[in-house]
Amino acid sequence: MSIRRLAAEQPEGFAFTSANLEWAEAQIKKYPEGRQASAVLSLLWRAQEQIGGWLPEPALRYVADMLDMAYIRVYELVTFYTMFNLAPVGRYYVQVCGTTPCMLRGAEDIKDTCRKFIGEKDRVNDDGMFSWTEVECLGACVNAPMAQINNYYYEDLTPEKFESLLKRLRAGKDVEPGPQDGRQTSAPAGGPNTLTDPELYANDPSGPEPGSAGTTVIATEAKRPASKREKRPR
Amino acid sequence: MLQDKDRIYKNLYGQRSWKLKAARARGAWDNTKEMIARGHDAIIDEVKASGLRGRGGAGFPTGLKWSFMPKQSDGRPSYLAVNADESEPGTCKDRDIMRHDPHLLIEGALLAAFAMRAHTSYIYIRGEFIAEREILQAAIDEAYDAKLIGKNNVNGWDFELYVHHGAGAYICGEETALLESLEGKKGQPRLKPPFPANCGLYGAPTTVNNVETISSVPDILRRGATWYASLGRPNNTGTKLYCISGHVNTPCTVEEEMGVPLRELIDHYGGGVRGGWDNLLAVIPGGSSVPCIPASECDDLPMDFDSLKAVNTGLGTGGVIVMDKSTDMISAIARLAYFYKHESCGQCTPCREGTGWMWRVLERMVKGEAEKSEIDMLLDVTHQVEGHTICALGDAAAWPVQGLIRHFRHVIEERIDAQATKLIPASVPVAAE
Repeated sequence: MSIRRLAAEQPEGFAFTSANLEWAEAQIKKYPEGRQASAVLSLLWRAQEQIGGWLPEPALRYVADMLDMAYIRVYELVTFYTMFNLAPVGRYYVQVCGTTPCMLRGAEDIKDTCRKFIGEKDRVNDDGMFSWTEVECLGACVNAPMAQINNYYYEDLTPEKFESLLKRLRAGKDVEPGPQDGRQTSAPAGGPNTLTDPELYANDPSGPEPGSAGTTVIATEAKRPASKREKRPR
Repeated sequence: MLQDKDRIYKNLYGQRSWKLKAARARGAWDNTKEMIARGHDAIIDEVKASGLRGRGGAGFPTGLKWSFMPKQSDGRPSYLAVNADESEPGTCKDRDIMRHDPHLLIEGALLAAFAMRAHTSYIYIRGEFIAEREILQAAIDEAYDAKLIGKNNVNGWDFELYVHHGAGAYICGEETALLESLEGKKGQPRLKPPFPANCGLYGAPTTVNNVETISSVPDILRRGATWYASLGRPNNTGTKLYCISGHVNTPCTVEEEMGVPLRELIDHYGGGVRGGWDNLLAVIPGGSSVPCIPASECDDLPMDFDSLKAVNTGLGTGGVIVMDKSTDMISAIARLAYFYKHESCGQCTPCREGTGWMWRVLERMVKGEAEKSEIDMLLDVTHQVEGHTICALGDAAAWPVQGLIRHFRHVIEERIDAQATKLIPASVPVAAE
């Protein structure tokens, strides 16, 4: 378990944009009548995206009201599920996987790069561009070490590659998600030694689908409002 | 060694398109209607005959699990929940299915739901898999548009399929915690019985299956149980996705026959241990929850449920974590202990308190700042956690520590000795003085 509390400073109110409201209503329809609470995680996630990476308390009440849930039932969810940030994060929110498979391949060095380039863990840096944290296994172990930046995974990192990636983000340039060493997703580096029989693809002339590690390049996310410098109590 | 023609996942690495047209060209959605026409029980019997065991870690026979679902509805609907909450350290196989071959999963969900007389299925995908979720949803939309699923679809069984995502909780991979989370609650496991097949999602009969299990069903039905059962070994049939991570030259995910030798996985697909086979220290063969085994047991070890059980570990999810001699074993296991402390849902006292306790003691042992008597105390605590909690997270937290003590007790003792000589200054009075 981890201790997580709501931020001391909270904004006045919250409401979904009309597009998000329409989206939320469609989500609720996925579940049987009277089971609208099932949509709570996806609605909270959408609220967090709308706000720019964190969940203030008025948004919790807004979602609870929308789903006819007691406020405490939503409060206890956001302290339980660790993807909900309860205080502002940087415009680029870096989550470094630190669990054993990544640790074995150098996650400690990636964390050092974060300390050097961004600063202290769980704190938004001075210009509001970055914050970073360590997370538990992100499920990309054969591409270790790796980090999630906002929505997508950046894999097969080295401290040098990672630093240059962060620099490109700071300069407002696009960075492609996925393996950073040029390999084909989870195939062995240098190319797979399986699935080489052309018979398998006799009827399938297709090639790799572009952007399958993330459909948008990350710079498009920079439209998020930059959050002010603030401590992230955890 | 598995031949290419016998592989289920023909687009494992995304060398080709995941879209419907390409998936069909590789064989997906072929003859689905005819398979459904065979009837509910014929499908369950075929899956039973194939010997397929659940690929999520526990290895429960899939056909048997399906047969627990009610054949006559008492008015409640039946549900299929697909467990895509892949979070076990060392495991990243379901991710590749969802982003590169999502139509195998969608077709499998339809067939499994039909076999269990369910018209609705939810795929519970972990929150962090955002790219995977986008692709999976796009593939489901394609299937709806092509009338392969949905109401009055061409396959003849009304079927609604929804993607539901989590928000960062390992415990939601436990089937009853998954159902709680799907209902919009904290993911805290339920007591069993009642089992989900009697009382699951929204109090209705539900079966929870792993992504790999479900996505192998279409090929089993298309190519026949005999084909599937001819792969692997008795009671451990078929193919399996193995994820080879850690200190190998080319970490990767690969589909191989059940029972493939561990050394072949590491040498042929993983490009060998960093520094050569003799540089191997230990392997965690099935994701972080199973005990590690030392290099001496790795030479001739078939990777399947029963063979690994025989050496006091398990196949789990097939996540092979390789550690070479540069590894600090105590530190590697202490980091896993931290993982379980972080991910304990806090419901049962032995797990909530025990995981933190085990982690803190291990952190001291990393530095050698412990008493040798604490090794047995730690082992005792693992046994007090194991089997005394509602779900298996307590067991999963205890086993890696037990594996460490079983095989690397001497390392912990040496560390303590080394620290002890550092601590005692020369001027400390001795008893004879």
